[in-house]
Amino acid sequence: MESLRKHKGIVAPLDRAHVDTDAIIPKQFLKRIERSGFGQFLFYEWRFDEAGQPNPAFVLNQPAYKGTSILLARENFGCGSSREHAPWSLTDFGFRVIIAPSFADIFYNNCFQNGLLPLVLSEEQVQELFERTAQHEGYQLTVDVENLVIRDDFGLEYSFELDPYRQHCLVNGLDFIGLTLQHEDKIAAYEKTKLVSY
Amino acid sequence: MTSKRTMFDKIWDSHVVYQESGKPSLLYIDLHLIHEVTSPQAFEGLRLAGRSIRRPDLTVATVDHNIPTTDRSLPIADPISRQQIETLRENCQNHKITLYDLDSRNQGIVHVIGPELGLTLPGKTIVCGDSHTSTHGAFGALAFGIGTSEVEHVMATQCLPQAKPKTMEIHFKGKLPYGVTAKDVVLHLINQIGTAGATGYVVEYTGEAIRNMSMEERMTICNMSIEAGARAGMIAPDETTFSYLRGRKHAPKGEAWEKAVAAWKELVTDEGATYDARVEIDVTEIAPQVTWGTSPGMGADITQSVPDPASFASSTEQKAAELALQYMGLTAGTPMSEIAIDRVFIGSCTNSRIEDLRAAAEVVAGYQVAATVQAMVVPGSQQVKEQAEEEGLHQIFLDAGFEWREAGCSMCLGMNPDIIQPGERCASTSNRNFEGRQGRGGRTHLVSPVMAAAAAIKGHFVDIRDWKFNRKEKKHGIPS
Repeated sequence: MESLRKHKGIVAPLDRAHVDTDAIIPKQFLKRIERSGFGQFLFYEWRFDEAGQPNPAFVLNQPAYKGTSILLARENFGCGSSREHAPWSLTDFGFRVIIAPSFADIFYNNCFQNGLLPLVLSEEQVQELFERTAQHEGYQLTVDVENLVIRDDFGLEYSFELDPYRQHCLVNGLDFIGLTLQHEDKIAAYEKTKLVSY
Repeated sequence: MTSKRTMFDKIWDSHVVYQESGKPSLLYIDLHLIHEVTSPQAFEGLRLAGRSIRRPDLTVATVDHNIPTTDRSLPIADPISRQQIETLRENCQNHKITLYDLDSRNQGIVHVIGPELGLTLPGKTIVCGDSHTSTHGAFGALAFGIGTSEVEHVMATQCLPQAKPKTMEIHFKGKLPYGVTAKDVVLHLINQIGTAGATGYVVEYTGEAIRNMSMEERMTICNMSIEAGARAGMIAPDETTFSYLRGRKHAPKGEAWEKAVAAWKELVTDEGATYDARVEIDVTEIAPQVTWGTSPGMGADITQSVPDPASFASSTEQKAAELALQYMGLTAGTPMSEIAIDRVFIGSCTNSRIEDLRAAAEVVAGYQVAATVQAMVVPGSQQVKEQAEEEGLHQIFLDAGFEWREAGCSMCLGMNPDIIQPGERCASTSNRNFEGRQGRGGRTHLVSPVMAAAAAIKGHFVDIRDWKFNRKEKKHGIPS
């Protein structure tokens, strides 16, 4: 997994609550058997019209947000289907950080499997960031995962919380399966003594 | 003195393989269900890392998400869908995993066949790369949806590192009123606590209303736990659970069965055990539900009207409601019963089991689908389909003008050809009314099977409590 220690990037504001994983990546694009190449389908039905042409009103089609890597959204981001294609499409598009007041559980977990940081701030802080994004064209944030703090170029500084183990894995880009396999002996012992089988 | 534990605590504790302070628990997984859409990248990941499947005997596969529900003797027309199915076939063959394929009598929606085959049992930990895995919790199992990386993790290790979630008791008191089904109960619940109301929790549903429910109804409740934000929903096993499971293909037999039942009875939450949160809902106040928005929490009683976005408390919710009404093509103040529909879908892992079809058939019997409506029934599994046909339910639907299809996820998510067209309005027994879920521009209203059936006949939503049944037999699913 790709590690994430410190990241600076342009913030794209997606002013919506309850952005579900069907919106992030519609089902017609889930038929691929590869893990890559999903960025082109990200937010497809918002990004493109029925003829497949870019919708100029959608934030990611606006020139100011070209090259964005930090997405700003409202509460309960990533709700719905467990499809990991959602974080795959976000990372493939270029996002490394999603900032919102809350995330749905499965999506939150899936992000960490892909080196993508779902960053929780309070509703007031998120509102402040929306306002700053509107005020300053090309508004950027620096996300420091090692020190759990975000900063902008105008003196804003917010600390954020993250489970220390998740932080450790993200900063070091650890392979979760490899970590579990270090306990192979304990798994085998469990299977021998505790596993209930009928 | 041993501390009082909830059912969740007991199942969790008995599955912890390893625990290091400050780290997630390593949890053993008893059953891993897989399907064609969220598994190919996991198999590929294993191959690239040179890893194998630790317990193919605890892994069971089926095809459900992208398969056509039309004639099974024909090849799958969509080449990408076909490739995904063929990839699963090859992977299952190479790794010696049981696959209930398109031609199997046991094929069906993964959350329908697990219980049906007796794979889903009380006390088990069950995962699947699908958020509606919460369904299996109806049996007193700890069951939750995972992403593809975690699918790969379980394949390689039969374990998952998991931080222990908090527990919430949702207590349904009272008896269900006439015409109010499990679907209405869960839609009402989500409306009350919100789509993130149970985020971070494993929910245990308790109370008289739950005890009186059949396994099918309990599955409907647990199925939509995820729509309230909970990863898992659970219901303590009881005689209803045991009588459902007895004799099923993979359920224990003979002496093993007696032993298992004795152990399952011990799973129930100890008297005096506490939950981190508690919600109480009086089911006697619930009316048949219809959603009006693009989130499962955006619902109303059939007797109510489409709400005014300004009536919501926060500016975020007001904006969400405005966007939803815009997408749904609805005006605030329109009575729910005046909303006309174009399509009806009876199916999905929420409501495609035999009881759902019986209840819907009873509403439909002797009526014709409205001329303006296209309606379909998609049984949850081939076994459900077979049973429904034995009971003659298919003929009731066909006579009324419904399409009668083969088993699969179908129009719940529209990965196969079953989609609605832009602007079309669908009464659906599925679980999500998200924008574009059933097809780009499609407008989904979530309802119970009886409400969907009645809407198909009348061409608009109606209050099922006023329905005139043509048949005099016992009314399935409409408690009186």
